[in-house]
Amino acid sequence: MMLPSVDALAAQIPDGALVAMPPDNSLPSVALAKALIRKGARRLRLLGVPVSGFATDMLIGAGCVAEVETSALSLGEAGFPPRFTAALKQGRVKVRDATCPAIHTMLQAAEKGVPFMPLRGIIGSDILANRPDWKVVPNPFAENGEDPIVLLPAKQPDFAVFHAAMADSEGNVWLGRRRECATIAHASRQALVTVERVVEGNFLEDERMAPGAISANYITAAAIAERGAHPVALLDEYGFDSAYVADYARAAKTEEGFRAWIDREVFGGARKVAAE
Amino acid sequence: MSAIALEERLAATLARLILDPSAPPARHIAVGAASPIPAAACWLVKLMGNPVRLSLLHKRSGNPFTEGTRELFDLTGQGRIDLFFLGGGQIDGQANLNLVGTGEWPGMSVRFPGSFGSAFMYFMTPRTILFREEHSPRVLVERVDNISAPGVSPPGVFRRGTAQALVTGKCVFRFHPDRARFSLDSLHPGETVDSVRAATGFGFDVDGDIPATPDPTEAELALLRGRVCDEMVETYPDFCSRVWGRARAA
Repeated sequence: MMLPSVDALAAQIPDGALVAMPPDNSLPSVALAKALIRKGARRLRLLGVPVSGFATDMLIGAGCVAEVETSALSLGEAGFPPRFTAALKQGRVKVRDATCPAIHTMLQAAEKGVPFMPLRGIIGSDILANRPDWKVVPNPFAENGEDPIVLLPAKQPDFAVFHAAMADSEGNVWLGRRRECATIAHASRQALVTVERVVEGNFLEDERMAPGAISANYITAAAIAERGAHPVALLDEYGFDSAYVADYARAAKTEEGFRAWIDREVFGGARKVAAE
Repeated sequence: MSAIALEERLAATLARLILDPSAPPARHIAVGAASPIPAAACWLVKLMGNPVRLSLLHKRSGNPFTEGTRELFDLTGQGRIDLFFLGGGQIDGQANLNLVGTGEWPGMSVRFPGSFGSAFMYFMTPRTILFREEHSPRVLVERVDNISAPGVSPPGVFRRGTAQALVTGKCVFRFHPDRARFSLDSLHPGETVDSVRAATGFGFDVDGDIPATPDPTEAELALLRGRVCDEMVETYPDFCSRVWGRARAA
């Protein structure tokens, strides 16, 4: 099967698109994020499901992002995300803060095709005070008509972007238990997925593979990107490269350091890796 | 045994709070991101033989959630998680948590990572243990600049619980939701009521003589340095290497 290249996948994402991505513990496509930087993407709106990590900081540093909606941005043990922090201070990026279950709930509403879903908690938080799109109503089922509860609007991203272990001949992808990627794919208009490899057959015909698969129904296109989650871990296939992320965190403390890093790891590095 | 590391003392202290018979039972505990000391406390409780289910969000192999991370919040929404840990860049005297940042929203002075699930978990878990190793007036403030999750809620707002206690590098505070205040519960070695007061930006209650935070027992130390570390090294390699000198797994 002929698959598009990772750069061809990135070319399908127009400037200004709302792009949903999983965080650093759940299969982000760092390969596609790097391709978006190479393409010179602009004004992207990123949705962290439910938080954001390495790929988001890199995209912000490269000037690809206008706004990020997320419940947190972190590089884990490597600390605060340096390019996001700098861009926020300089007013070059907007952050719309949420809380993790609210992001899941907004996507689940989109999955179901309903306009909103309720969620407990949140009342009294300044997150709510800064989210005019979130509403508090009395629980219509409460006997006394009280019991305030938050309603969250459905959120339909333009693109789901993530990495999976493999695709099959039918275009289904498999990523095991990281089902938040399935939620993102179900809720989004299109899903662009990078995979380590393509295998013969059909995951949906295999009782053991089917529960960890996402049906081709939801997948717009897949591209092969070996080690496409790196430096993030991929299931039981490869681990988190904390030295790489720590090196990024050090380099990206300054604009110059970040530029040198992407020259090496996103532009030059891509050619070097391809030649290996 | 070699000297007790602060991390070990804090883990053992958290373990005692988890097992506190006066608190609602902790049958199922979830531990979130970047929480090696709370994770160590939970493993200590479990490996001491207590019947507790641990759901560690960031466990790579054998992760307990097969429906994605939303499953944690669905479980909590139903009341099936008994205990969770939260921290904050700022924590105030009413147990309000700020994980967003200082200055104008959304943290235009110093930006913290963000609220994670706190605005939900703090309401929906029967009890929360607050943990922040840094005990200073910049962290423990009179009033947080921004509220990620409030410590108490007005009557009529659905809420299962709030903070049980706040554990820092200097002491243990108990939280009293009825009066929305902390009281000093125990002092770590080298601390006094006055030294804690000097390092705390909020007012708190001091009732009678304040005991010392007990040392971890020999058995607890042996577990922490052995089987607890074994369980943690995959998820927290840097922590295990720093505290226990454990080499990173290949």
